[in-house]
Amino acid sequence: MHWSTIIYCGIFTYLTRFSMIFLLKKDILNDKAKKILSYVPSAIFPAIIFPPIFLDSTGSLDIENNPKILAAIIAILVGYVSKSIISTIFAGLISYWFLIFLYY
Amino acid sequence: MNNKLKTLAKGVIDVSPLMIPVVPFGIIYGVIGMELGLSAYMTFGMSIIIFGGASQIVLLQLFSGGASSFVAITSVAAVNSRHLLYGAVFSEYLSHLKITWKIILSYVLIDQAFAVSNTYFKKNKKNENKHYHLLGAGFTCWIIWQISTILGIFLGSVVPEELGLSFTISLTFLALLINDFRKFKNIIIMIVSGLVATIGYTIIPFQAYIIVAALSALTVATLLTLIDLKKN
Repeated sequence: MHWSTIIYCGIFTYLTRFSMIFLLKKDILNDKAKKILSYVPSAIFPAIIFPPIFLDSTGSLDIENNPKILAAIIAILVGYVSKSIISTIFAGLISYWFLIFLYY
Repeated sequence: MNNKLKTLAKGVIDVSPLMIPVVPFGIIYGVIGMELGLSAYMTFGMSIIIFGGASQIVLLQLFSGGASSFVAITSVAAVNSRHLLYGAVFSEYLSHLKITWKIILSYVLIDQAFAVSNTYFKKNKKNENKHYHLLGAGFTCWIIWQISTILGIFLGSVVPEELGLSFTISLTFLALLINDFRKFKNIIIMIVSGLVATIGYTIIPFQAYIIVAALSALTVATLLTLIDLKKN
């Protein structure tokens, strides 16, 4: 990792926050564009979530013998019911540790 | 207490409950940064320069996968595109401010600050010092994020690797989506994104799987939105 990469990322991050406030005089994004932008987290985060869960260190699919899948399902269920960010993270992590300890 | 200070304090108070999950998130970021072999300066420097949990963790994940700078920067830009929405929504309330205010407030316009200040702005359109609310909320987030990053950096040298803390990257992002678990369209979009990324991980070159998956899922999101508009 180079400092230059971090600085470029910092500039991009800042510009996405600054550009609209700076450029727009009034709220000009139409409802359609806003609706689509509101889907951005759902469109991007799973791309970060899925591969480390389903793939092993060589990049091949690992469905059997994989405690992460079960732990992630438990986290999803806890998140669905509790709607709490912390409970979701801890439910997933604790069930993961529990599964490793018990079976692996 | 004058109105400016009062509004500032309101921002601090409003955003405080949302800081509870930010603390473990910041600690996890610091620990993972250290486990991946980044220097403490670099791990902390990212928190100052980028100041965005999702962007920073994506950068770490891509770095550990050996992605090029170009792919890393493009992926971070994609993760950040949601901020365009925040800016667009806030331009209505902030367009009259001086440029210095816009420069300062943009730095702290993160998810949590947006959420609470958006609610406040809607209810207090007439308060001419309403931007102090965002200042208070934003800098509260900033301070908490920096402190928890530092805590994570110290813990990173102590926490054993066997605990599998890198799994918390997936869990943290999963937790950020819990409010969308009940929405059918969001679930479809999530599945498209996750499948494309998992299948594409080894096929798509240059670790560009995040960008490809995000674009595929956003295409589906656009189609679903257009179909929905036609129906109504």
